[in-house]
Amino acid sequence: MDFKSSDTIPGPRTEDHLPHTAQAAVKIVIVGGFGVGKTTMVGSVSEIRPLTTEETMTQAGIGVDDNYGSESKTATTVAMDFGRISITDQLVLYLFGTPGQERFWFLWNGLFEGALGAVVLIDTRRLEVSFDVMGRLEERGVPFVVAVNSFPDGPRYPIEELRTALDLSPEIPIIECDARRRASSRDVLMTLMRFLHSLAMSGALT
Amino acid sequence: MTPPQRKRRQPDQDHLPPLPSVPPAPEHGGEEGDNKNPERLYVISGSDGARAELDLVTLIVARADPPPSVTPEQTVLLRLCTAPLSVAELSAYLNLPFSAMTALITELITAELVQARAPIVRQALPDRSLLEAVMHGLQKL
Repeated sequence: MDFKSSDTIPGPRTEDHLPHTAQAAVKIVIVGGFGVGKTTMVGSVSEIRPLTTEETMTQAGIGVDDNYGSESKTATTVAMDFGRISITDQLVLYLFGTPGQERFWFLWNGLFEGALGAVVLIDTRRLEVSFDVMGRLEERGVPFVVAVNSFPDGPRYPIEELRTALDLSPEIPIIECDARRRASSRDVLMTLMRFLHSLAMSGALT
Repeated sequence: MTPPQRKRRQPDQDHLPPLPSVPPAPEHGGEEGDNKNPERLYVISGSDGARAELDLVTLIVARADPPPSVTPEQTVLLRLCTAPLSVAELSAYLNLPFSAMTALITELITAELVQARAPIVRQALPDRSLLEAVMHGLQKL
């Protein structure tokens, strides 16, 4: 019998297969408001075309959204884009771009708890949409850096002015980036890794 | 121009309606943790709801060719993960919600048809050699 080959089954391209030696994965979460450039950043550094995982949330609307007064049960599909970077033959890094609303984070087991850390991506035109995210990461003890995605028409603030406005302690890195550029997005991830490394070092000394 | 100022949330000032940060316990109980959302999709799973702790980035690898006993979805899944694939990637390629995906995979783990390679999760004190490995990997980009 002629077996229809894998082109009928959705799946990775042959060159996107991970080696059999891949033993474990780590993840970093990129979190920010709608349209801030999360998916752009994931796509610019990912070795695979960004993919989307979805989850369906069915629960009563209890005033957590804009639909006040709506007490009826609503089903919402929440999507999260992600990409992948092979670190070594054994280790894989996944990047998830997730909406800023905390109620979505519970849809995926341990999205933040299991992550190495997070990048809070902000847009200076709408700084306030990221305020809540930072508070929630702080409460959860998730280490994060802040990346300012530079939009041409966005106001430019000196970093220290931003630090004051965001009420961030001096050790938390704030960097400007262009999420469309691979090198720039890579630098954001490197900044996070160096920050995590410094936390590990200081923790080891105490 | 001055940027808007963030005001830190004070727990005692939290006058907003409580967010569903800890969703109500699922009606079916089982082995659900506190952080699960109720009313997950179990439609594709024939199991009793018991699920392994699968993370988005748990790597799944097939251990055998699909036997005739498995469902069509599981057959496709087994063919997909002849090379390691994360639960998130399987969810994307099969166009199934994450919760449905984990239910499907749990059955395959129980049937010893797939192997799950657990992710490395953040600890109180991160492993420096792990962080350095990731940094070296990123530098090659």
